[in-house]
Amino acid sequence: MFAEFDWKLVIDSVPHLWEGMQITLMLTVLAIFGGIIIGTALALLRLSPFKTASFAAGSYVNFFRSMPLILVIFWFYFLVPIIVGRPVGGFYSVLIAFVLFEAAYYCEIIRAGIQSVRQGQVYAGQALGLTYRQNMRYVVLPQAFRNMVPILLTQAIILFQDTSLVYVVGVKDFLVSADLIANRENRLIEMFTVVAAVYFILCLTGSLFVKRLQRKYAL
Amino acid sequence: MNYNWNWGVLLEEPYTGWIISGFGWTIAVSFAAWIIAFSLGSVVGIMRTTSVKSLRAIGTCYVELFRNIPLLVQMFLWYFVVPELLPEKAGMWVKRELPLPEFSTAVVCLGLYTASRVAEQVRAGIESIGAGQRSAALAMGLTEPQVYRYVLLPVGYRIIIPPLTSEFLTIFKNSSLALTIGVLELTAQTRQIEEYTFQGFEAFTTATLLYIFVTFCVMGIMRVTESKVVVPGMISLGAK
Repeated sequence: MFAEFDWKLVIDSVPHLWEGMQITLMLTVLAIFGGIIIGTALALLRLSPFKTASFAAGSYVNFFRSMPLILVIFWFYFLVPIIVGRPVGGFYSVLIAFVLFEAAYYCEIIRAGIQSVRQGQVYAGQALGLTYRQNMRYVVLPQAFRNMVPILLTQAIILFQDTSLVYVVGVKDFLVSADLIANRENRLIEMFTVVAAVYFILCLTGSLFVKRLQRKYAL
Repeated sequence: MNYNWNWGVLLEEPYTGWIISGFGWTIAVSFAAWIIAFSLGSVVGIMRTTSVKSLRAIGTCYVELFRNIPLLVQMFLWYFVVPELLPEKAGMWVKRELPLPEFSTAVVCLGLYTASRVAEQVRAGIESIGAGQRSAALAMGLTEPQVYRYVLLPVGYRIIIPPLTSEFLTIFKNSSLALTIGVLELTAQTRQIEEYTFQGFEAFTTATLLYIFVTFCVMGIMRVTESKVVVPGMISLGAK
């Protein structure tokens, strides 16, 4: 079976696969940044003393966490053109879906990170006369993010894997590029094995790196 | 924004039937896969905590292999690649005679994938008990299987009920990936309704509400279970 493994096809399709990988990486990076920014805002709302704000943020998180990502992708693929009033293309609608979906998960990570900062630090900040904003900005968040780095990176690896789900709306990411070649050349075994191997090596390297980091920076 | 609302479409034939059958398939895939995930995940998780080095290594390899390949890619591997790699007879059987091929493949794939996540929770649960209990049990003359059977597992499983609940909810949500190999579960059916009728709002809202409904039910049931079996003096730990 591996004797007939068509290595030439794999080598010939590297440029196509690289194009797809660029889409995958771009989607991952943009979704991480967007997700962390909105996730931080949600976490601050969730921990804020205002009942309505924390309830709203909590509902947002629970809502997105009880939905499958594929359904969210379909939702935005359908909704975004209606709201904008013109077709925007698959990439932007899945990007929005990923940012809003991941924000719910990042919110929970960041909330746990903020709560891991000892209460005494907050009191000390208050005693120094810092306002709520200054206290968050200079005392709590820097420590919280340091505690969170390993989990944030793990979530980034999960997100990198999850971007393969754009397959369902046909955005040409790494997996879809490979899928197109696989079906055109009728070489499913080669292409899917290569895709799995690439994902495996990248994700394993990432998770080993996170483990090392965790050992080094554990507080 | 202009959109023609028509909630009535959900009550028309055949769309109501589609939603019901889709929901049924979602539940069926989730439960069948959960049986595999829970039993295999327990075995792998226990392997990773035993004193036998080779068992620990096998367990670690299993977890790393399944965790580091996207579930969707695994789905394609099981569906398109594995039947080709099997010995000729077995491959033929899988391709021609496997009952409900899409459903079975999805269940096996989802089950084996989630087993790697369950294994991590089981391991975390056992490790959180602490080495003292294990040493004490061994000192009393229990064999290693007995230590697991009477000391570590009864406590470990109760500690990890909350993370196991969220793993079950993950499998329930991940069952939607079965649509990529042609299982017409809930998400696939609502997507199909959207394509036939252009009533995406109504269709996707129905799916969303059903998913939320099941999530709430499962969380409610597990919260009751958890309070019934709680280990006195132990707070819930387990890995996130």
